[in-house]
Amino acid sequence: MLRFKSRTGRSGADEAVRPTTAIVFMMATVGLCGAQTILIRNATVLTVTKGTVENGSVLIENGKVAAVGTNVSAPADATVVDATGKYLMPGIIDCHSHTAVEGSVNEGTVSDSSMVNIKDVINPYDINIYRALAGGLTVSNVLHGSANAIGGQTIVIKLRWGKTAPEMLFEGAKPGIKFALGENPKRQGYPQNFFSQGPAAEPRYPGTRMGVEEVIRASFTEAKNYQAEWKEYNERVARGEKPIPPRKDLRLEPLVEVMEGQRYVHAHCYRSDEILMLLRVADEMGFKIRTLQHVLEGYKVAKEIADHGAGASTFSDWWAYKIEAYDATPYNAAMMTRKGVVVSVNSDSDELQRHLNLEAAKVMRYGGLSETEALAMVTINPAKQLGIDDKVGSIEVGKSADLVLYDKHPLSNYSKALKVWIDGHEYFDRDKDLETRPKFEQQKKELLQKENAEKPKPAKEGRRL
Amino acid sequence: MNRTHLCTWIGGLLLLPCIIAAAESNSVLIQNVTIHPVTAADIQNGAVLVVDGKIAEIGTKLEAKSGARVIDGHGLQLYPGLINAATNVGLAEIEALRDTVDLDEVGLFNPELRAEIAFNPSSEHIDVTRASGITTVISLPGSGGRGGFGGGGGSVITGQGALMHLEGWTWEEMTVKPSAVMDMLFPEIQTVPRQFAAMMGTPPRTYAEEEKQYKERLRQVSDFFEQARRYAKAKSAGGPDFRSDVRLEAMIPVIEGKLPLLVRAEKEKMIKEAVEFADKEKVKIIIADPREIGSAGPLLKARNIPVVLGKTFQLPMRDDDPYDAPYTLPNDFYKAGVKICFGTFDVEFARNVPFEAAQAVAFGLPHDEALKALTINSAEILGAADKLGSIEKGKVADLILTDGDPMEAKTNIKQMFIAGREVNLESRHTREYERWMER
Repeated sequence: MLRFKSRTGRSGADEAVRPTTAIVFMMATVGLCGAQTILIRNATVLTVTKGTVENGSVLIENGKVAAVGTNVSAPADATVVDATGKYLMPGIIDCHSHTAVEGSVNEGTVSDSSMVNIKDVINPYDINIYRALAGGLTVSNVLHGSANAIGGQTIVIKLRWGKTAPEMLFEGAKPGIKFALGENPKRQGYPQNFFSQGPAAEPRYPGTRMGVEEVIRASFTEAKNYQAEWKEYNERVARGEKPIPPRKDLRLEPLVEVMEGQRYVHAHCYRSDEILMLLRVADEMGFKIRTLQHVLEGYKVAKEIADHGAGASTFSDWWAYKIEAYDATPYNAAMMTRKGVVVSVNSDSDELQRHLNLEAAKVMRYGGLSETEALAMVTINPAKQLGIDDKVGSIEVGKSADLVLYDKHPLSNYSKALKVWIDGHEYFDRDKDLETRPKFEQQKKELLQKENAEKPKPAKEGRRL
Repeated sequence: MNRTHLCTWIGGLLLLPCIIAAAESNSVLIQNVTIHPVTAADIQNGAVLVVDGKIAEIGTKLEAKSGARVIDGHGLQLYPGLINAATNVGLAEIEALRDTVDLDEVGLFNPELRAEIAFNPSSEHIDVTRASGITTVISLPGSGGRGGFGGGGGSVITGQGALMHLEGWTWEEMTVKPSAVMDMLFPEIQTVPRQFAAMMGTPPRTYAEEEKQYKERLRQVSDFFEQARRYAKAKSAGGPDFRSDVRLEAMIPVIEGKLPLLVRAEKEKMIKEAVEFADKEKVKIIIADPREIGSAGPLLKARNIPVVLGKTFQLPMRDDDPYDAPYTLPNDFYKAGVKICFGTFDVEFARNVPFEAAQAVAFGLPHDEALKALTINSAEILGAADKLGSIEKGKVADLILTDGDPMEAKTNIKQMFIAGREVNLESRHTREYERWMER
C-alpha cells in the first residue's frame, strides 16, 4: 500500500454481516454469459488508436473484436446490443493495484522479499473486483506493497468476476516484480507504530535512501554471481561433465529473470533523485526498469526516464500527503508525455480504480492533453507498459473484446458504465445489477433471520473483537 | 537634482499606476458572458457590474462607470464562486507530518478553539484549491477521527469551524464568518478490529467495554451541555459570584440555537441519535459526512436539518451494499427533502469537490441541484446566504469565469474574483509546470 492509512476505505468491520460471503458469491454468479457473437450497434466507438467512429458498430466473435466500422454485418444468430447515443471504449487497465490480494500486501520482515509471489494470494471473491468492473476496469497489475526495496513477484489479472483465481490470470502477460524507493522502504529503519505513538519496534535496514540503493545493488550483485554459477554449470553439463548443480535460490531466481528480460520491474518512487538513482543502478547492472510507479517527480527527470525507456504510471492529482509528495503536480502526466515518456494514470486504490476514466480526464485540465491522449492514459498506455498492447488497450480487429459501454462520453464527469465485456463475455450489466438487488436484499434478510434464530445468547463479557 | 529628489520622483512614478489601479478596482464590468446566477434563470450575453467588491448590477447591457475595468468574457460562463462546506484547509499542510498539522486538540470538549486564528494564509493548499473554482471553504478544527493526529483523538467537540475566503494577506482578511459551525464528533461504539488495535498500540477491547465507554461519553456530553446551560443562566442573572469561563462562554451561541453543531454521523443509527440529541438539548444541528440515510430522511426533513455530504467517491460501507451506494447517496438525501451541500473533509482533495457533486449527478441528482449544493445551499446552511452563494445584486462578488461547466474535469477556470478582486490562479503546481517544462 502506498500510504500508512486509508483515506477512503474506512473499516466496515463493525457491521459483522456474516451472510456477506454468500451474497458476494451469489453476485459472482449472475451476469455471466457464454462467449457469443455480439454486435454492438450505433455507438460512438472510441478506439483510442484508430480514431473515433460515429454511429459505429463492433462485432465480437470468439471473444475477439472481429469488425469495427459504420457498416458491419453480423450473422443472424448474433446478439445485438443497440448502443444508440452511447459510447464504447476499450476496457480500462490499471497499472497499479492491490485489489484481490488476500491479507497483507507486504512481506515486511526482509528488505528483499523477491521470493514471495502475489499469485499465491489472489482472492477471487474480493468484492472490489466487481465494484471495479462496474467502473469499467478490466485489467489490473496486482502488486505487493512498498515496504521493501525489493518486494515480491507480481501478476496481471483480468477481472473475470465469478471465476477462480487461476482463471483470472492474464494469459501471456509477463510477470513482474515490485521495487520501492524512498520513505516507505526506509520507514522500517526508524519504525514507529501506526499512529506514531508508543514504543518503536526494532529497526530494520535500510533507514535511508542510500541504504535502499545498496539493497538493490547488493541483491543484483548476488544475482549476477548466481547467474554465472548456473551458466558455468550448464556449460559443463553441455560438455558432458557431471558437475554438482548450484543450490537453487528462490530469492535470486526472479532477479536473474529480471536481468534476462523475463520479468518486468515496477518500481514505486517519488523523488527525482531516487528515480535517477534506480535508472543508473539498472544501467550498471544491465537490466531495465519497465515502469516507474507513482513517480510524482518524474517531470523533473522526464528526459532520463524517456532515454532509459521506462514507462511512468502516476496519479492524476494526489499530492502533499507526505513530504516526498509535496513537489507533486497534477501536470506531471502531461509533462512526461510531452517529453516522450509513455504515461499511464493508475489507482493504487480500491476506490480510485472505480473511476479511472474520470482520473484520466484531469490531464486535459492539467496540461491540455487531447481526449485521445487522456483515454490512452488508462487504456493503450498501461497496456504498452505491461507488454500486453498486442492483446488489449484499444478497439482493434483481432484484439480481445474487452469493452465498456458508457451512457455519456467516458471523459465526462456525468458518465457511468452500463456494460462491461471481457473476452466477449458480459461481466457487468447495470440493468441486471439493479434488477437483482431486491432478490439479494430478500436473501440477506432470510439469512439474518436464520442466523438470529440459531444464535446462542451472548455471554456477558461478549466476544473479543 | 539630488539623490533624494530622484528617489522621490521615481517612487512617485512607480506609485502612480497603483493609485490608478486602486481607483479602477472599485468597479469592474464583466460583459459578454453567460451568467449562471444559480438562484435565477441563466442570462445569455449578460453583464455583471461589480462595485466595491459587491455585485452592483446584473443585466444584458450595462454601462461601465467611468474608470471601471471592463472585462470581455468572449462568451465564457460566469458562475458564483464554489464553496467547499467542509475542509481542513489552512490547518494542515502535509498530513503525515504532525508538525504541519493543527487538528484534533487534546481534550474532550474544546468549543472555545477557533480554526480562523490558525488558518495559515501561506498554505500552498489555498492556491491549489481555488484553481478549481473554489472561492470559499469551511475550515474545521477536527479531522473527524480520520487522522488520529493529536493527543486527544477522541474529542467530542473540536472547536469552531470558520468560513474562509481563499484570498487575502492575513487570516483576518480572509475570514467571512469566524464561527460558522461548532465541529462535533458524535460518540459511537468504536469496534476496532484486533489487527488495527495492534497497529495502534492499544489492546483490543470487548464490545461490552466499548459500549460502556460509549455510554460514559454520552453522559459526559449531556453533563457538558447542562453545565453550559447553567452557565448561560448564571451569566444572564448577573450575580456577584459569576465568573466567566472561556470554554462555557463559547457554548452560549450553541445552546441558544444560534450556532449550529456540525455533527459527524456516518451511520443511520448515529444520525438518528444526533437528531434525538438535538431535540433533547434544543440545539441546531447539521449532519456531516453521512455514509447512509436509512430511514432517517423524514426525521431530518421534519426538522429542517441540513446535511454536509462528504465524498461521493467512496467505497460502499459494507461488502454487500450496492456498488453505487455512495454515488446515489446525495440524491437519496435530496429526494427525502433534505437540504444538501458538499464538503470533502480533507485538505489536499478539497479542490475536487465539484467532481464529487458531478458523480452524484451521474447517479441521479439533478444537475441544477448539484450546482446549488456547491453554492447557494452551502451559503444557506452555513448562515452566509446574505453574502455568498449566488450572483445577486448586493452579494459579495465571488465569481468564476470558465470555458464550461465547473463540475467537468475538462473545463478550465479562466479567471476568478473574490470580493471583487481578481485572484491569481497560479499555484505551486502551475509554477512547477512552468519551471520544469523549461528543462
